[in-house]
Amino acid sequence: MEFLERFAVPHPSIAIYASMVAIGLTMIAIVAGLTYFKKWGYLWREWLTTVDHKRIGIMYLISALLMLFRGGVDAIMMRAQLSAPENTLLDAQHYNEIFTTHGVVMIIFMAMPFIFALMNFVVPLQIGARDVAFPRLNALSFWLFFMGAMLFNISFVIGGSPDAGWTSYFPLAGNEFSTSVGTNYYMLAIQISGIGSLMTGINMITTILKMRAPGMTLMKMPMFTWSSFIANVIIVFAFPVLTVALAMGTMDRLFGTQFFTMENGGMDMLWANLFWVWGHPEVYILILPAFGIYSEVISTFSRKNLYGYKSMVASMVVISLMSFLVWAHHFFTMGQGALTNSIFSITTMAIAVPTGVKIFNWLLTMWKGKIEVTTPMLYSLLFIPLFTLGGVTGVMLAMSAADYQYHNTMFLVAHFHNVIIPGVVFAMLAGLTYYWPKMFGFMLNERIGKWTAWLLSIGFLLAFMPMYITGLDGQARRMYTYSEATGFGPLNMISFVGAIIMAVGFALIVYNVYYSTRYASRDIGADPWDARTLEWATHNPVPEYNFAVVPEVRSSEALWDAKKHGHVLFKDSNYKKIHMPNNSGVPFIMSAIFFVWGFSFIFSLWIPAILATIGILVCMAHRSFEQDHGHYISVEEIEETETKMRGAK
Amino acid sequence: MKRKWMALSIIFAIATFLTGCEPLLVLDPKGPQAARQAQDIMLSIGIMSIIVLVVFAMLIFVLFKYRASKQSPDYEPPHMEGNIWVEAICVGIPVIIVAYLSFVSVQSNYIVEATPQGYEDKEPLVIYASSSNWKWHFSYPEENIETVNYLYIPTDRPLEFKLYSHGPITSFWIPQLGGQKYAMSDMITTLHLAADSPGEFMGRNANFSGKGFAENTFEVTAMSPTKFVEWVDEVQETAKPLTEEKFDELIEPGHLGRMTFTGTHLDFMPPPEGHNHGSSNADESIDDSHSEHEGDHSSH
Repeated sequence: MEFLERFAVPHPSIAIYASMVAIGLTMIAIVAGLTYFKKWGYLWREWLTTVDHKRIGIMYLISALLMLFRGGVDAIMMRAQLSAPENTLLDAQHYNEIFTTHGVVMIIFMAMPFIFALMNFVVPLQIGARDVAFPRLNALSFWLFFMGAMLFNISFVIGGSPDAGWTSYFPLAGNEFSTSVGTNYYMLAIQISGIGSLMTGINMITTILKMRAPGMTLMKMPMFTWSSFIANVIIVFAFPVLTVALAMGTMDRLFGTQFFTMENGGMDMLWANLFWVWGHPEVYILILPAFGIYSEVISTFSRKNLYGYKSMVASMVVISLMSFLVWAHHFFTMGQGALTNSIFSITTMAIAVPTGVKIFNWLLTMWKGKIEVTTPMLYSLLFIPLFTLGGVTGVMLAMSAADYQYHNTMFLVAHFHNVIIPGVVFAMLAGLTYYWPKMFGFMLNERIGKWTAWLLSIGFLLAFMPMYITGLDGQARRMYTYSEATGFGPLNMISFVGAIIMAVGFALIVYNVYYSTRYASRDIGADPWDARTLEWATHNPVPEYNFAVVPEVRSSEALWDAKKHGHVLFKDSNYKKIHMPNNSGVPFIMSAIFFVWGFSFIFSLWIPAILATIGILVCMAHRSFEQDHGHYISVEEIEETETKMRGAK
Repeated sequence: MKRKWMALSIIFAIATFLTGCEPLLVLDPKGPQAARQAQDIMLSIGIMSIIVLVVFAMLIFVLFKYRASKQSPDYEPPHMEGNIWVEAICVGIPVIIVAYLSFVSVQSNYIVEATPQGYEDKEPLVIYASSSNWKWHFSYPEENIETVNYLYIPTDRPLEFKLYSHGPITSFWIPQLGGQKYAMSDMITTLHLAADSPGEFMGRNANFSGKGFAENTFEVTAMSPTKFVEWVDEVQETAKPLTEEKFDELIEPGHLGRMTFTGTHLDFMPPPEGHNHGSSNADESIDDSHSEHEGDHSSH
């Protein structure tokens, strides 16, 4: 019995039992549906084994949207619990698990795959490549992320969710104070998907450095590619720190090491330092590609080239370097003394300067432009004022003496949602709307899209502005309840109303996808937005090989050159056979074994853990000895596809 | 855009209405440290508001002036590269603002990390504040008394809090007296505070520490130095001594009401003093000379 007890949820509730049933039914429905419609082969051939960057991008996108709703449900439950004083909707343990999973899911399993979705889909097209540098590694990256996410998500029905906060500070996250397997899930699920992120970083850097179209020098790359490049450089430097920290945490919990424990010289703040040495650059990993999206969107819909291209690039390089020099501002209150705090206070404020440069450059891009307010542009226009609010509160938080009063309060919660939601989430939704025709060959409905943007913005303001006030009034973050005497009640109720409005906004996105799939016109041509960059020079949706002929480029706005200045993108009009990578099932299988591996470690099942480790090594050996030279797409096939695509215009 | 302005002004109105009756804790300081922090906060809000207004004004201007619907259909936006002067202004002005704020910030750092200004010539009252799940223990070594979950302090005297934890990292916070600082199991941190006038204040652990975190609060009462001495005398006469067994019981996870003892737990369970990190073995003495002789504790 003792063996089985660890799989039980420590604090079961009706909601959890209902979720178990729902998960079970969904799984049965998926299996039955696939069998009934005879789609198993299609699923395996076209999706599970694909190495096509576009399909991998779309799979990242679907996962990110699913996780957005998982994390969103957590958020609604938290806001509902706090909407009134002494509320009993959730108990302390349940609330602690929910805010922990909300944080992890939103950052690691929603925001990260969302930027990977856009990077994967857009970057190779934007630089005129046929795929990423290592297509199969790309598939492995995705499946590792996916399996990590799934592993994390089963935690609340098998064994219990982590409950030490998304920052998982030791010794609270150690065995002594966190007795369920929840934190093991945290350590291993993030580890597995983190390996995937690191591989994506290497893959994208190589792709951008080595596979650009002829004529595209570094300073002629579109801004989204630049931002992705820098974000991936940060990934490669930051993620190994997380890998090490998680490995140490795992060993503390499973093998009795004493890195972060209270006894035998363990240092609890070492975890906090390692976590934030990764954690702060992570913020910029998310925000830089978001800035890239805004640059593309604002330039396109102002009908003007991006103002200050060089200073945009320079500011991102500066941000990437400085992102590694500010981590201690997450714990000014650790007691490291006035000198250390002063240094980190100054570096943190300094990082506001390059960020401010970008805001001014976007405003100057719009100046003398011809602004057309489409849905992606509306998100960008809402982003500028809302993000500015979040940015300036960041400068306030950077004043370390004052931070002693902001730290650990709702003021901080308001600040980071104030940068992440308008900064990252709005950018991803703008990117989603902007690139949707590129992905699926039809546009999302503009009217529903604009409603969504407004609802999200109003909901956002209602949900988060009150937190600045309650924070200054002494409401600490992560409190599952508060007394009526504190007076936090009415403002928290406003937050709850805001959260509901945001939920309606997110639901509208799903409705928009449904509505547009049914009713939108498929006859949109290759360039529905009158865009400027190279990715719009090929068909919608994009053929497998991206470009039938490799384009030649002479500026960062290749398509605009072609449209306005008579630049010839495709000089060689004769098709040649195209070399493409072969599909492979190994990434999926290997990642599935990683899932088993992670699960075995979480529950200390050593025999399956050893078997899974062997399985992983066998998969790697298989790859080492495999002869795989890819395949060619014949000229006839290209001609046929191109004629068909052009016919669709 | 109109809808957003409406939403903004509604929120602002509600916020003013809700908080108008009572000032926010952090902005209602009752001690020199909190006053300095509130001053920094108001200063930064002021400067930041200007930046926000500038950005909002620029955005509204370009949106009204350069909307496609306001221009002739054949208007072609010009190609513009960056302009060195424009960009120098975009960098220069923020640099000046940040430099000024950094200057203030560094100054404040040294102020809040030292004996409060105006109190330098007075003898500080040392109080050891240690947290256990989910309580606060306040030891007054000089007065030789200890309380649980409530704190009596004299006004007009600097307070030197020595913070540490018997469990997870916590954060000691009395918003009206000054900002918070972490309490950890493997080292002692020092927080300098002072109360200007008598009053009752809210104190709490601000750092998440598990199930009982929300209720991990304590009450602070500041009183005149004479009343404080009276209270100490009263405790000396009426309270029971704190035994090791009793203290072991107290630090078990759970919640407790107010409690008062004579003697402190520092004698039999010394705080993690004298080493940067490492064990807090009960048999190690906190005697300073002892720690100096065995200054290599942390390296074992």
